[in-house]
Amino acid sequence: MAASSASEYIKHHLGNLTYGRLPEGYERLDHHGDVVETLETSTWTFAHNGQEAVDMGFMAFHVDSLAWAGGLGIIMCLMFWLVARKATAGVPSGFMNFMESIIEFVDNQVRDTFHGKSKLIAPLSLVIFCWVFLMNLMDLIPVDLFPKLFEWTMVTFFGWDAHQAYFKIVPTTDPNITLAMSFSVMLLIIGFTVKAKGFGGFVGELAFKPFETDNIVLKFLLLPVNLVLETISLLSKPVSLGLRLFGNMYAGEFVFILVAAMMGTWQFIGAWPWAVFHILVITLQAFIFMVLTIVYLSMAVEEH
Amino acid sequence: MNINATLIGQAIWFALFVIFCMKFVWPPISKALEERKQKIAEGLSAADRAERDLVLAQEKASSNLKEAKEKASEIIEQANKRANQIVEEAKDQARTEGERLIEKAQSEIDQEINRAREELRKEVSALALSGAEQVLGREVNRDAHKQLLDDLAAQL
Repeated sequence: MAASSASEYIKHHLGNLTYGRLPEGYERLDHHGDVVETLETSTWTFAHNGQEAVDMGFMAFHVDSLAWAGGLGIIMCLMFWLVARKATAGVPSGFMNFMESIIEFVDNQVRDTFHGKSKLIAPLSLVIFCWVFLMNLMDLIPVDLFPKLFEWTMVTFFGWDAHQAYFKIVPTTDPNITLAMSFSVMLLIIGFTVKAKGFGGFVGELAFKPFETDNIVLKFLLLPVNLVLETISLLSKPVSLGLRLFGNMYAGEFVFILVAAMMGTWQFIGAWPWAVFHILVITLQAFIFMVLTIVYLSMAVEEH
Repeated sequence: MNINATLIGQAIWFALFVIFCMKFVWPPISKALEERKQKIAEGLSAADRAERDLVLAQEKASSNLKEAKEKASEIIEQANKRANQIVEEAKDQARTEGERLIEKAQSEIDQEINRAREELRKEVSALALSGAEQVLGREVNRDAHKQLLDDLAAQL
């Protein structure tokens, strides 16, 4: 495999199927660099290449990430719902037992860390753990399987060009997905803080900590410093939470893609040892995301 | 790797799944688990109680058995005593009966002797009377000599 085609292969595998708005007068290029068409009005369309996806700006959706994340989430919720519907105090059957053990595991984690009373945090942790685990699990599917299937389907039935058939099936290798979850967690942190300590308490925590003093003048002198420090610490939580998951999964996915690019059809042999290691990463990252969420939320509720 | 509106889409998915689990998944399952925990605890305490009951029942059974044994031996003893008593009584009765029989026989013998003596006396008196008649050659007036005859008979 030639170097340029290998790098193209890798780039293709790292691109998302993006649906977004291209501005008026935008010149669409084919993969040779020739202008194919100039848009007369701003148009919602699938990006044909990486540059178009960038040019769409914020008004774009990664259809593959959202579809896989949503699909996996729906499957997860259906399984939970099946268990919840049949949940009795009697002897659980095999599948129910398995699901209940997951639920008990999550429940124990929550009980160990979070000492407040909340109806939200346990189901939240359950969803985070299971959903992130399932999304990460997509990493173990051979990297070419679904993209090739998708490419074949789109080329055969919808007349797409093979180059525009981007398809990533691991939602957690998309920073949008992980950051969306971690910033949702940040909103919950703020919400929990406001609920536990009032809005004044939340603002006070931002403004008068970590440098505390009883002197009123010093207090206001220290305010900008405190504000900067606490805002950074508040923002660093979701950023680190989201980027940690993204980074781990992206790196793992990258190794799979490299192995696939190097070994072609024989990638199964090369990918297998990494897949075995990766099972650990998948579970660990899902667990870490859940535990940190619980820790952040309990920090938000408790006095410190 | 662009940051775009996927953020919003994913946040909506996230919220939907969390709300779904909060409303429809977590409450029934945690309730069921809680109920099961309680049921198991009740079962365990019932087992404990049953074990205690068993021990009590065993104790009671053994004490009952002991009591029954004591009672049985008492009854046997009483029966033995009673039997001895009966035998004793029977012996006594037999002895008294024997004595009574002997006495009766003796009295019958005495009566017989008396009767025989009486008859003998009568006969003797008659004999004596006839002898006397014969001696005197005449009839003795029985009524006139009744006193005399009776005295004679008494002397015999």
